[in-house]
Amino acid sequence: MKKSQRICLAVLALLSMPNFFGQTLTRAQERAKAKAQNVPEIPYESAPNFLKLPTGVYFGEVVGVATNSKGHVFVYTRSYDTRLLEFDQAGKFVKEIGEGVYGFAFAHAVRVDSQDNIWAVDEGTNMIVKFSPEGKVLMVLGHRPESGEVPVTPGFGVAPPAAEPYTFNRQTDVAFDPQGNIFVSDGYGNSRVVKYDKNGRYITSAGSRGSEPGQLNLPHTLTADAKGNIYVGDRSNSRIQVFDNDLKLKTVYDQVGAPWAVCITPGPHQYLYSSNSNPDNNNSEIMAVTGEVYKMELDGTILGKFGKPGKQLGEFSTIHEMDCRSENEIYTAEINRWGVQKIVLHPKK
Amino acid sequence: MRIISILIGAGSLFAQAPEIAFDSAPNLLKMPDRMYMGEAAGVATNSKGHIYVYTRTGDAYATTGTSRTFSHGGSRLFEFDQTGKYVGEIGQNSYGFLVAQSVRVDPQDNIWIVDKLSSLVVKFAPDGRVLMPMGRKPEAIFVGARGGVPGAGRGAVPAGAAGAAPGGGRGRGEGGPAPLPGAGAPGDLFNGPSDVAWDAQGNIFISDGFGNARIAKFDKNGKYLKSWGSRGSEPGQFNNPRSLATDAQGNIYVADKGNNRIQVFDNDGTFKTEIAGVGAPTAICISPGSHPYLYASNSNEVNSLDHGEIYKMELDGKVLGQFGRAGHLIKEFGAVNQIDCRRANELYVGELMNWRVQKITLH
Repeated sequence: MKKSQRICLAVLALLSMPNFFGQTLTRAQERAKAKAQNVPEIPYESAPNFLKLPTGVYFGEVVGVATNSKGHVFVYTRSYDTRLLEFDQAGKFVKEIGEGVYGFAFAHAVRVDSQDNIWAVDEGTNMIVKFSPEGKVLMVLGHRPESGEVPVTPGFGVAPPAAEPYTFNRQTDVAFDPQGNIFVSDGYGNSRVVKYDKNGRYITSAGSRGSEPGQLNLPHTLTADAKGNIYVGDRSNSRIQVFDNDLKLKTVYDQVGAPWAVCITPGPHQYLYSSNSNPDNNNSEIMAVTGEVYKMELDGTILGKFGKPGKQLGEFSTIHEMDCRSENEIYTAEINRWGVQKIVLHPKK
Repeated sequence: MRIISILIGAGSLFAQAPEIAFDSAPNLLKMPDRMYMGEAAGVATNSKGHIYVYTRTGDAYATTGTSRTFSHGGSRLFEFDQTGKYVGEIGQNSYGFLVAQSVRVDPQDNIWIVDKLSSLVVKFAPDGRVLMPMGRKPEAIFVGARGGVPGAGRGAVPAGAAGAAPGGGRGRGEGGPAPLPGAGAPGDLFNGPSDVAWDAQGNIFISDGFGNARIAKFDKNGKYLKSWGSRGSEPGQFNNPRSLATDAQGNIYVADKGNNRIQVFDNDGTFKTEIAGVGAPTAICISPGSHPYLYASNSNEVNSLDHGEIYKMELDGKVLGQFGRAGHLIKEFGAVNQIDCRRANELYVGELMNWRVQKITLH
């Protein structure tokens, strides 16, 4: 081999960005792979057959999971119809909530607030329904368009209609600060975060579609810390944007891939978890470089990661929402598994 | 008339095989009151002889959300015991039972359904729990100019739409060369899948055959290994691969209906041979045991009563005989969509036209 050829090959090798194992990544893989390097793995296990479904009841795509103060698990699933199911802390089925309610068409996320109310976010009706722990409708946010007045989701590159204070366009998630203010990520159609007071009165909103700081491209998930800062998973921009309580941008974390799901643990030392989920279309090329969950300090320092894509117990098949019950107990809602896993982490001390 | 129809039938020109005598037990399955079998698209038996029927009982229906249209319902999975007594329903009101295409039972008695409109393959445990979904149902369907309403479009997807799940999230990834028509995307995103089979190691083979024209191979845990094929008529290409089966050596037999042939591949998808002369194979199966047989149905189309005969072959394609013809009567077949041959001379055939399963005994 001539020297010039060798140099040429060396340049090519550099350009093709070999990954940790020396394999060459495709351009799509480079984009999907998290930038963080040499992140320690956190050992973990998944509780088998955690949730027991009654005979004749089936999960479809599980897009939402949340726990309440007693450890009851709420699962929001796209089944034959969209359904919200409650299980106790041992995984025993308790009841169904909101069966046939006007706000359910295509589930997206569920969260439980500090009073154990259950909030269902439905992107098929553009509605968020707040249920009491007993399952009574307490408040609704958004408005379902009347039949025959169905708007069309704009195509890529087409600006959506101007966002209205009280109308969502395929909103994705809801969060609460310690004062009970309500924050909504909105969503697939709009590109903003909206703040309401605890009674559902509009306060402010932030964001427009784009990739500049403060702009959003599919805000898919959001959560609040104890100080009322808002962490928004800006999925298609592959970054978490942190806003203060008035929705002023504070900082950006862009090392952990595409945040499909974020959650923050309770307690005096809070941790932020974010899932760089494998793609929901099961593309094996992207799957090879995604599917892990990152554990971070609130300031964005990465502490570790866990998980890989797959359909076996302990593997993840497109995490869509996470509940961080405690530092080492995480519940995952997975689209392509059609189920929930209870993950117990065993970080090295 | 019968002879003429065979002679002019595509691919049937040289297949005037001896007739095999047979009987049919047409009223084997007893439905409970006020429950009806629809088109019996899929039929399979388990190790105890229980019979599973994946049937199209209605049109899938659409509901309008705020900006997209969602699909529901249309098909049901019933279980019967070996005497035909109704045992129960599996997967009722689950996600993605839209247009039934196939049901198969694996050696561990797990039940696998293939749905051509939701593009899902779902593995159920014998007790009916969902063990593993494969593929993804498109989140929304397009009603109007961009596509058909569910149930009306028959899952037809234009050529070149390979792997494009409407509303299904991210695209197939970029950077590689554009895939061949029908080759699909790497992974388990199907486009009108038609059938499922396993080899002795539990590897999963899926014919992705209405929208795409490929065979995809997965390990027993559902991890994607490879796929092969694209739309066309060359060896290794497919035109509506409609059904598939494996032999004990792990070879894959694909009913390449639109090309009037069965193609045989080794376990890694390398083309070995093709079997022609048995019409347009729509449903195939291979019986177990020391001397396995290959059965293939030259099913009639739903708008005709031509053809309809089923062939019995050696695995090398040598035709041993044929039986049956298209029609509505007992011992006639109405668009056979699936055959179960867990026992060599006892076949279960699921028919689209006659809304029934016949248990066939060959003599």
